Amino acid sequence: MADTQTVSGRGIGGMLTARRGGASWHWTDIFTYVYLTLGVCLMFGPVLWLALSSFKTPAGLQEFPPTLLPLGQIEIQVDGYEKPLPLYKVTMEDGSVRELAQVRRIGIIAQMVDPADPETSIKVPIASREPIREFRVAWENYTKPLERFNFLNYLNNSVIVTVVATIVTLLINSMAAFGLAIYEFKGRNAVMLFVIGTLMIPITIILVPAYLVVTQLNMVNTLWAVILPGAATPTGVFLLRQYMLTLPRDLIEAARMDKASEWAIYWRIVLPLSLPAIAVLAIFSVMWRWNDFLWPLVVLNRSEVYTLQIGLNAFQGELDVQWHYVLAMTVVTLIPVALVFAFLQRFITTGIASTGMK
Amino acid sequence: MAHETPVHSDDLSLGDRLNAVAAWPVRVLFGLLDTPFRALQRLLGIGRMPYIFLLPNLAFFGIFVIVPLIINFAFSVTGGDELFLSERPYVGGEQYSYLADCGSYLDPQSCREDRFWRGIYNTVVFVFFQVAFMVLFSLVTALILNREIRGRGFFRAAFFFPVLLSPVVVALIWKWILLRDGVLNAGLTSIGLDRILFFVDPTWSMFWAIFVSIWAHMGFYTLILLAGLQAIPPDLYEAAEMDGTRRERVFWRITLPLLWPNLLVVVVLALIKAVQIFDEVFVLTGGGPGTATQFIVQYIYTTGFANQVQNFGLAAAASVVLGVVLFVLTLVQLAASRRKEDG
Repeated sequence: MADTQTVSGRGIGGMLTARRGGASWHWTDIFTYVYLTLGVCLMFGPVLWLALSSFKTPAGLQEFPPTLLPLGQIEIQVDGYEKPLPLYKVTMEDGSVRELAQVRRIGIIAQMVDPADPETSIKVPIASREPIREFRVAWENYTKPLERFNFLNYLNNSVIVTVVATIVTLLINSMAAFGLAIYEFKGRNAVMLFVIGTLMIPITIILVPAYLVVTQLNMVNTLWAVILPGAATPTGVFLLRQYMLTLPRDLIEAARMDKASEWAIYWRIVLPLSLPAIAVLAIFSVMWRWNDFLWPLVVLNRSEVYTLQIGLNAFQGELDVQWHYVLAMTVVTLIPVALVFAFLQRFITTGIASTGMK
Repeated sequence: MAHETPVHSDDLSLGDRLNAVAAWPVRVLFGLLDTPFRALQRLLGIGRMPYIFLLPNLAFFGIFVIVPLIINFAFSVTGGDELFLSERPYVGGEQYSYLADCGSYLDPQSCREDRFWRGIYNTVVFVFFQVAFMVLFSLVTALILNREIRGRGFFRAAFFFPVLLSPVVVALIWKWILLRDGVLNAGLTSIGLDRILFFVDPTWSMFWAIFVSIWAHMGFYTLILLAGLQAIPPDLYEAAEMDGTRRERVFWRITLPLLWPNLLVVVVLALIKAVQIFDEVFVLTGGGPGTATQFIVQYIYTTGFANQVQNFGLAAAASVVLGVVLFVLTLVQLAASRRKEDG
């Protein structure tokens, strides 16, 4: 794919960027680079901002305007106060500068104490004080949710759902694709039409009855309720079948001559040869399952069975959102997808470009 | 994008070993299944084997898609708040007429089920702007990425990667930016403007719902259009260059007509997706403020599952309406892709 792109790209691009005898730039040349620069900032910026913010302490996150790097205000323990107090640099009325800890703020007046002398309180206008910051990476945003909340549980559920669902999907879809690609049989066209026709039935229009079916099968609040309903994907069957059609028939005929069973032909010959298509479907399936939202939201109502996405949504919907944890958990949720993207981008883009599906 | 790293013999053997380890359970599983399948084949004959191969997939499909599709109608013509069909009384078209009971169809306030109509109106507004700008930006991006630019692989990846992010992650990324004390408001105050409470203002909420969903999905459509652009034979452009045709003219006379079938497919695909908007916006705005960004799928979800009183019948009736819309769009899509294949 990469090669064909460069070749055809050179034709078009070469034409578009050709300048005769050093002729002036066309407006599209400038537009291209402006657009790309802005585009890259707009696409990567928000994600980078999320990642940077996830390393800030709660105090650092509350600062407005926010700082770029994870700078946290220093907090110190002062005798007589239960919680650590934030430290400020205060310009006093006489012009001297002192380091004071803030006890509380009332309107535009801040009540401060000198850490060395906690008994006397000093009142200063808030405009005269400036927080003292230090560079501090809040790793606890990442480690605390692991111990305190069900986060590890959610992560575990998401991994189970993704792995099991992908295995089931690959198995039954490749079997169906094999049946449709290798054999001539009565009703094959009908089944194929059926597969294509149902390609576009989204879960959104069968939410209620699908929930009924899952309830009848006693699967509500189990991970099976998330795994099984989406396992038979028409997209997968279609993609694999198209690939299997390109395999040489002679191989299969030869195997039959050698008295290989049909099952052996499926798993010893056709399956290994279809690995490129199976890899594409596997990547798609992992993405679908890891990111799945609406259906798990409907069938999982208990925190023990939440997947990451549902847990994250519940967490960000709380009345008092603990953003330092939410941000860190979002980054963790993002990592597998980032890895898939970094290493398998080529498969994904080829898969989408050739099927027009995602 | 081909990464051509030299292959060392050490890596190869390690990779092979890993492959062997990974393939081992697969081989055992399929090997164990060999005997029963051989027995089946002897019993039924080769001619019936395709049905055996199709069976698991069709069974899953039947149970979780086709059966629900049929009983959806049963739900929509029965009343009460029981889930099991046997306990639900038949009410005929009551659910539908309840949904359709409106003083004036232009004013959701005058409808008995105003949330349903509010959802429809919001969805129409959303779909119109989202699809229009989505197609516009995808087209511009595809045209630019199709030029001979340095680091094209990087730029293509940059525009594509949000497609893979989960809707929850996408929504949280932007929510964090748009909050009252978020970085965007910091930017606004630093240039002397007032803060904007984006999620309190209905128009801003709708704007960001549209913006964020375009941000997240644009890469997908860009990719399809890019594939279409690269399928245009380069000699056409070379001929135009020989004739000294102006670039604007080349675009209108060659690029656009030849890309038209792909563009049509992209429009319809984007329509089908946009009508079903739910996830990102639900996490981003929660449908608010009020019902300003509540769309039709969220109506189905809240009516059927999230409300105190779960009204399955009404939710089912609404999904039948949505299903009909999607069915029509799918027919258009099939016609569009047929035109693409013919053209």
